[in-house]
Amino acid sequence: MTASTGSGRTGIDHHARAAHSKRNLWSGILFGVGAVAFLDEAVFHQLLRWHHFYDRATSEIGLVSDGLFHAVSWAATIAGLFLLADLRRRDAFWQTRWWGGVLLGAGAFQLYDGTVQHKWWGIHQIRYVPDVLPYDLVWNIVAVLLALAGAVLTVRTRRSRIPAG
Amino acid sequence: MHDHVSASGALTGEVLLAVPFACALVFYGCGVVIQHRRGRPWPWRRTVSWAVGVVVAAAGFVGPLADAAHGGFTAHMAAHVCVGMLAPLLLVQGAPVTLALRSLSVVPARRLTRLLSSLPARLVTTPIVAALLNVGGLWVLYATPLQESMQADPLVHLAIMAHFLLAGYLFTAAIIPVDPAPHRAGFPLRMGVVVAALAAHGILAKTLYAHPPAGVGTADAQAGAMLMYYAGDVVDAAIIALLCAQWYRHGAHGIRRATLRSRAVPSG
Repeated sequence: MTASTGSGRTGIDHHARAAHSKRNLWSGILFGVGAVAFLDEAVFHQLLRWHHFYDRATSEIGLVSDGLFHAVSWAATIAGLFLLADLRRRDAFWQTRWWGGVLLGAGAFQLYDGTVQHKWWGIHQIRYVPDVLPYDLVWNIVAVLLALAGAVLTVRTRRSRIPAG
Repeated sequence: MHDHVSASGALTGEVLLAVPFACALVFYGCGVVIQHRRGRPWPWRRTVSWAVGVVVAAAGFVGPLADAAHGGFTAHMAAHVCVGMLAPLLLVQGAPVTLALRSLSVVPARRLTRLLSSLPARLVTTPIVAALLNVGGLWVLYATPLQESMQADPLVHLAIMAHFLLAGYLFTAAIIPVDPAPHRAGFPLRMGVVVAALAAHGILAKTLYAHPPAGVGTADAQAGAMLMYYAGDVVDAAIIALLCAQWYRHGAHGIRRATLRSRAVPSG
C-alpha cells in the first residue's frame, strides 16, 4: 500500500491535505473575494441602495479597476467553489485552512475597496451623507480584522503543522 | 394604398429575415432524425438548447423586440444581450458541428473538417482573437459614429446584429468548446480571457451610463447601460460555471489515472 492514504484513526487524509495545501488556501481566498463582492453588491447596492451604480467623481482608472475587480470577483466565487468540490473528491479539503483563505480574501478585498477604490479613485462612497468618516472607519476596521483573522488561521495551518505520516 | 404596399414590403423583409433561422432549425432537425434512425440517439438537451438558441437569436432580427431595437437604446441593448450573448451560449451547447460531422456523408464531412481546421478558422476561434472581435467590436460600435448610422439605417443595424451573433458564437465556442476543437487553449488562458472580456463589457456599460451615445436620451442610455451590465453578468456567470465544469471533468481523468497507478504499484 502506498503512503497516499495517510489517514489515521480520525479519517483525515493528512497526505492529501498537505499535497493540496495551496489549493485549499486559494479556494478559500477566491471564495472570500467573491463572497464579499457579492455581499457588497446585494446589500449596499441593491438592498440599502447606499452605493451608487456610477458616481460622477469616478476617475477613468477607477472605472477600469471597478470593472476588473467586479469581473475577477464574479469568476472567483464560481472558481473557488469548483476548487472546493475538487478538494472534496480528492479527500483533501482542509476546513480550517480554507476558512483562513476566505477571511484573508474577504478582508483584503474589502480593504482595497474601502481605501483605494472608494477614497482614492472615488468610484462611489459607502453612503451619501454629510459625514462619511464613521462609515469609512467601520468599513476598513472590519476589513483589517477579517484579514488578520484569516492570516492567523493561515499561519496556524501551514505545512509544518501537519502530523507526519 | 401606399401604406399597404410598404406594410407588405416590411412583411416580405420579415419573412426573408426568418429564413436563415428556419433553416437552422430544419437542418439541425434532419441531423437529429438521422442519428435516431442510425440508433445513436442525439442528447435531447442539445436539441432543446439549439432550438431555444435559434429562437432567442431570431428575436433580435424579426418580431417586436427587433422592431423596438431600431428605435430605443434599451431595446437595442436587450437585443444585444439576446443575439450576442444568450443565443451564442445556447447554440454552442447544441454542438452543431458534432451533429453535422456525424450526420453528413464522408465527403462533405471531410470538407467541413478541412474548413474548420483551416488557418483563418483556427485564428478566429483563438480565445484572444474571438474576445477582441466580440467585445472589441462593441467598443468600436458605441465609441464611433457607427452607432448613429446604425440607428438611422436598418441595413447597418442588421449587419451589426449579424456581427453580434457570429462574434458571440466564436467567443463562446473559444471559451467553452463543446464541438471538437483541435487546438483548444488551456484553462488559465480561457479563464483570463473571459474575465477580461467581462471586465471590458462592464466598463463599457458604465461608460455608456456616464456618457450616453449621440442621439440617445439620458434615461434611455442609463436603463440600457444597466441592462447591459447586469444581463452581461448573468450570461458570463453561466459561461464561467461551464468553463469551471469542463476543468472539473478534465481533472477527473487525472484522478482515475493516479488511482490506477497507485494500485499498480504494490508498495510505496
